[in-house]
Amino acid sequence: MAYTGVTPSARSRGMVREVQHLLFTVAPGATWILIFLVLPGAYLMGVAFMTNGPYGQPQMPLSLESFRRLAGFGFLGWSPGNLYTLLRSLWQTLVSTGLVVIVAYPVAYYITTCKEKWRPILLLLVVVPSWTNQVIRTFGWMNLLAPGTPLSNLAETFGLIAPNMGLYPSNFAVTLGLVYNFLPFMVLPLYSAFEKLDNAQVEAAQDLFASPVRAFWHAVFPQTLPGLLAGIVLVSIPAFGMYVIPELLGGGKGMMLGNLVANQFGGGSNWPLGAAGAILMLIATFIGLFVMRRLGKRLGGGEEVVI
Amino acid sequence: MKETTRSQSVDSPTERTASSTGDPVRQPSSIEMQGLHKRFGRDTVALNGVDLTIEAGEFFTLLGPSGCGKTTLLRILAGLEEPDDGRLAIGDRDITEAPPHKRSVNTVFQSYALFPHLSVRENLAFGLKMQGLAAAERDARVARVAEFIQLGDLVDRRVDQLSGGQRQRIALARALVCEPDVLLLDEPLSALDAGLRGQLQVELLRIQKRLGMTFVFVTHDQQEAMVMSDRIAVLNGGIIQQVGPPREVYERPANAFVARFMGHDNLYPITARDGDRLTTSLGELTAEAAGEGGLLLIRPETLDLLPGEVAGENHLSATVSERLYRGSHAEYRLEIGDTTLQATLNNRGRHLPEMGERVTVVVAPVDLVTLSE
Repeated sequence: MAYTGVTPSARSRGMVREVQHLLFTVAPGATWILIFLVLPGAYLMGVAFMTNGPYGQPQMPLSLESFRRLAGFGFLGWSPGNLYTLLRSLWQTLVSTGLVVIVAYPVAYYITTCKEKWRPILLLLVVVPSWTNQVIRTFGWMNLLAPGTPLSNLAETFGLIAPNMGLYPSNFAVTLGLVYNFLPFMVLPLYSAFEKLDNAQVEAAQDLFASPVRAFWHAVFPQTLPGLLAGIVLVSIPAFGMYVIPELLGGGKGMMLGNLVANQFGGGSNWPLGAAGAILMLIATFIGLFVMRRLGKRLGGGEEVVI
Repeated sequence: MKETTRSQSVDSPTERTASSTGDPVRQPSSIEMQGLHKRFGRDTVALNGVDLTIEAGEFFTLLGPSGCGKTTLLRILAGLEEPDDGRLAIGDRDITEAPPHKRSVNTVFQSYALFPHLSVRENLAFGLKMQGLAAAERDARVARVAEFIQLGDLVDRRVDQLSGGQRQRIALARALVCEPDVLLLDEPLSALDAGLRGQLQVELLRIQKRLGMTFVFVTHDQQEAMVMSDRIAVLNGGIIQQVGPPREVYERPANAFVARFMGHDNLYPITARDGDRLTTSLGELTAEAAGEGGLLLIRPETLDLLPGEVAGENHLSATVSERLYRGSHAEYRLEIGDTTLQATLNNRGRHLPEMGERVTVVVAPVDLVTLSE
């Protein structure tokens, strides 16, 4: 008799209201995710397990053919080309993310030491280049690095490159392009970490006999770690899947996974192989995110890195 | 009994020597400041010529309102701020130029400034690690300080699991474990609620007495300063107004600023003077050895009230205009002509004057003090 005051119909009416409430609050987001993430993902998954048709279209029967091709097994036996592309992608991601950290860390710190009225302007200057189309900026780098340009000549004088080769196209040009392109994504989270830095901790470290260098490592760096990890995620994931920059600056030698996938779809040559490549990238990204999350929990001092 | 043996392990100088891996015996250190000046920007003067000697083993308090320079002075002692001018020595070593990590001085920060990414144990061992002590030695020293301050199982917690009072104790332990020549405390109790604050005041005082270490304590709370200190320096506008034991600062303030800051309201300009006879807006009063100042200070707790009108030497007729009953005592606001006088009286078994009642205020000549503006 617990419900003496509430008739069954009233209860069900309450439930209807609850369901309605749920529908109105969750439905828009869920629909968005369904249309733009779940359905394309499921489609891609399906395509990856289908067979390549004579015109590059996916067709039945289901098979693991595309994953075999991705692993390097072709008509002429095993070739390491795709493996190299994967390793090159990982290497480029690692090196460019590392360089971005090295460049962005002092920049972000410098901006926080400036007078308050200058900081938004300096941040704006960091961000403004990314308002221009990425393709146009990459073309800019092509012009700067091409054979015969001052930069190439300078590199030649120092014997860094063979005569008349130019700095572009090369893996170096791709790395440079990636660093340039993703710098703002590292500066911004680092800046916000520096801005809320608790200076008392730094002073406490110095007071407890830490030299300036050790005070940095023990009191400054740990405080910027959440920002740093967030920046690494923001830079490394898109860098790993980058298509435009290796396409334009890498030439035939600088291909990354993104190009491999794009070629399979773009040239219309092999959709199932392209889908399999996309799934490989997805898996690699998830592994990376998982590692970063664990790292963030361990080093972040309780403050979780939001990804 | 167990208590005392515990305390002695850190208390006795021999034990402390043994723990510092062959250091010479650490006697408490004195501090000598000469002509310290510090300004921020173009027109903010934080310190304007501070000369001060703090004796070895003293609980010394820098007292003043916010912006008086007390925190700047403490930061200069810690090495976190550099004086524009002047000298600073601890013991017989001049440390004016020494960076913070090369001074045997440790600080308990107002915000505690614990490292959130380290465990409590790692926080406690931080200073020892930076000094290059071996892990076994660090563990032993941390364990001993944890016992001394009775941290119990706090040592194994994470910093974000600690309450404010617990953080305060960890911050204190983290500084004490380094066994500095001087311990600096920057308003360490200001973030705590009143009850806990009183408790920690007593604890801090006991720790200082047991260790015999030189403590320099910063506060804006004159009650706290009086409870804790061997001596107090009152600062205002970057200048030391008065240095002395709590009783002296409270009962014989050097000037009107110190008097007001210590909570005195009964200050009256002396309009005429004939030997010991002082004339103020209250009337004529006789003072014993009142000094030469132009202001008369009457401390509210030195007054006595008699019912009705009683004639006599240093007797003033007054009307009670307000009475605040506080249990153990009561505070009275008295009107004498156009002048107001505050009196505080213990509530003993007798009649308490009511509002509007005519009373006679009895002023003891010995308690009258004059001071300069």
